[in-house]
Amino acid sequence: MPDDTNHININSKSIKQNTFDAIVIGSGISGGWAAKELCEHGLKTLVLERGRNVEHIKDYPTATKDPWDFDHRGWITDKFKKSNPLITKAAGFGEDCKHFFIEDKDHPYIQEKPFDWIRGYQVGGKSLTWGRACQRWSDFEFTAPHRYGYGIEWPISYDDIAPWYSHAEKFIGVCGNKDGIESMPDGEYLPPFDFNCVEQHVSESILKNFNRHMVSARWAHLTKPDEIHLQQGRGQCQARNLCMRGCPFGGYFSSVSSTLPWAAKTNNLTIRPHSVVHSIIYDEQKQKAVGVRVIDANTKQATEFFAKIIFVNASALNSNLILLNSISNRFPNGLGNDSGVLGKYICFQNYRGSIGGHIDGFEDKYYYGRNPSEAIVANFRNLHQRDTDFVGGYTIFSAAGRERGNANEQTDAVGKNLKDAMTEPGSWYVYMYMQGETIPKEINHVRLSKDQKDQWGIPLLVTSVGYDDNDDKMVKDFLIESKAMLEKAGVKDLKTYDSKQAPGLDIHEMGGCRMGKDAKTSMLNSFNQLHHCKNVFVTDGACMTSTGNQSPSILYMALTARAANYAVEQLKKNNL
Amino acid sequence: MERRELLKMITLATGGALIGAEFLLSGCKNNARLEGSFSDDDILFLDEVAETILPKTNTPGAKDAQVGKFMTVMVNDCYEAKDQKIFHDGLINLNEASKKKFSSSFMKINAEQRKELLTELDKEAKAYQKTKKESDPNHYFTMMKQLTLFGFFTSKPGATEALRYIAIPGKYEGSVPYKKGDKAWAT
Repeated sequence: MPDDTNHININSKSIKQNTFDAIVIGSGISGGWAAKELCEHGLKTLVLERGRNVEHIKDYPTATKDPWDFDHRGWITDKFKKSNPLITKAAGFGEDCKHFFIEDKDHPYIQEKPFDWIRGYQVGGKSLTWGRACQRWSDFEFTAPHRYGYGIEWPISYDDIAPWYSHAEKFIGVCGNKDGIESMPDGEYLPPFDFNCVEQHVSESILKNFNRHMVSARWAHLTKPDEIHLQQGRGQCQARNLCMRGCPFGGYFSSVSSTLPWAAKTNNLTIRPHSVVHSIIYDEQKQKAVGVRVIDANTKQATEFFAKIIFVNASALNSNLILLNSISNRFPNGLGNDSGVLGKYICFQNYRGSIGGHIDGFEDKYYYGRNPSEAIVANFRNLHQRDTDFVGGYTIFSAAGRERGNANEQTDAVGKNLKDAMTEPGSWYVYMYMQGETIPKEINHVRLSKDQKDQWGIPLLVTSVGYDDNDDKMVKDFLIESKAMLEKAGVKDLKTYDSKQAPGLDIHEMGGCRMGKDAKTSMLNSFNQLHHCKNVFVTDGACMTSTGNQSPSILYMALTARAANYAVEQLKKNNL
Repeated sequence: MERRELLKMITLATGGALIGAEFLLSGCKNNARLEGSFSDDDILFLDEVAETILPKTNTPGAKDAQVGKFMTVMVNDCYEAKDQKIFHDGLINLNEASKKKFSSSFMKINAEQRKELLTELDKEAKAYQKTKKESDPNHYFTMMKQLTLFGFFTSKPGATEALRYIAIPGKYEGSVPYKKGDKAWAT
């Protein structure tokens, strides 16, 4: 008996120790935002991160290295490449930033169709290596799936999210111009990065000849920090363009440089790295979620943590995985999954098309510093009416630069003459690539493997996601239109590419736990609450009803802030 | 942007796709590792090849940047086995070409003769790379020239003295004047 009493004592003590007001699963771009908002409202918040800890500046081992400080000057060794055929494909992956990505062997999954699942498991997640583009969605995107009949209706409109976009933009710092474009609403912007002379020329030509808008980057960089950014300990972007190593100046936004340290200042934050979430615990009596089951990444020991509300921000596919693995009598098919749509309607963004060429002239112009951003051509397809043989739209990113090296046919093959030529800037080049909407479809899904598990005893994820005819048509249209725009601007030797890359390599996978008005066809309501388990909120890419054509991260931040504030209100009213 | 720019620069100068860079474009094939290593003499030899391609002028040359050593690191660590073999054989082939043309080994011929020889090899390599099938092996001189350009311009002397390098620009200015002779940015 004494032993038993002891046991119970320890247990209740550990339950108390492991109880918080809120649990946030994941510390990436949306998890960091959930933590910030909840902590600011006084909630004792536990952030669970499956990877190691990363602290701002201290854990950026390569941030201030020069090119010659790297053994292979940025290249990946053949051995590493061969043991990591997946992760080495990621855009920008190199010797300088590979420590912010997983290694293939540690994190297997099953590709029923080719799908490149790019992951970064550490505090800060992929917010350390993200692309930093921050355009807003317009109502065209929120309404298009329903208007054109390729998806369900979003439960929110642009007006619902606009104030939260502002909230997020002001805090993280986004540069850009107010361009007054219908398909890409203006936000709260710091001064933009300049165009160089060729970007300026191409932009003017596109406006004049096509009435389309190529505008300055709307990028999460502090071109001129405001007081709120200085308070975060962040400073002005130094135009080094080495962002993916982590920025010791805090010049771009990441969870590690911004939201997490901000949350920590409240003394309400606990971050627990090496915590792999197994599932969410559902209490059949209380009819709500009461906590989270965690496997220690190193010891493999199971622990449980408890809270009144749970935010699921594990990254789109991992959030699906966790919910699918959260089985109870009430929810035998995954938490909140009465509709059966959990894991379905996975979508992504289409990055297959790109084009590049050279332009004569402008030889008396150059630039200073390294622009970490790219110009944006706002979507011009299927806005007021459907004007193509496909549905959805695409954003185009573009930039121009001068080649390094001015060698030509007349240059000596070797020697002083070659060296001199190679030390001069060469001709200007221009490139464009697409970021296209894809259609949410039931057949594009993820599910749990019935027989294979990972080293933590969690079922492996099976991905079954592919392109369709609509995607092919959109690539074709982009290649035709981008060629026309660049040709008209005088760009020559244009080469077009369809990379046919597998879905997932865009690193914009979305859906599976979509928002919707109807609980029969969706998982989440307009505040990202599970329809059938109201104290669980999903606010990362998994929540997306459709993909739009804009970069999604800033929308995840806005949705998260909105949901977190709603959750706090509901808690106060004792509704959760 | 930077990565693409760099690849393009080297590609234009050597007239072919960048060897060992296919990881940027596609997945990988499985190849057994070649047990090859380079001797100190090989490094000296490669230094002289590199110096012929990018000599010391009023700015440092390839030898100052230890490009020979750099080439061996890259071939050992980043090349696939089949390309490693071609590169190793290339050391012998280049020397044989020297003996054939000047009846003397590459290390013994003078700077002018070296330049003449490598100019010929460059022509041969460019013509070969242009017409070869994708599955055909690469020309060893294309490899040597690519690695020389890459290694030199990413080295400290190459980046900071032959080119202009600013680690922390502090700001970005989209349009500044350029006059002929101004050096290109290293990064």
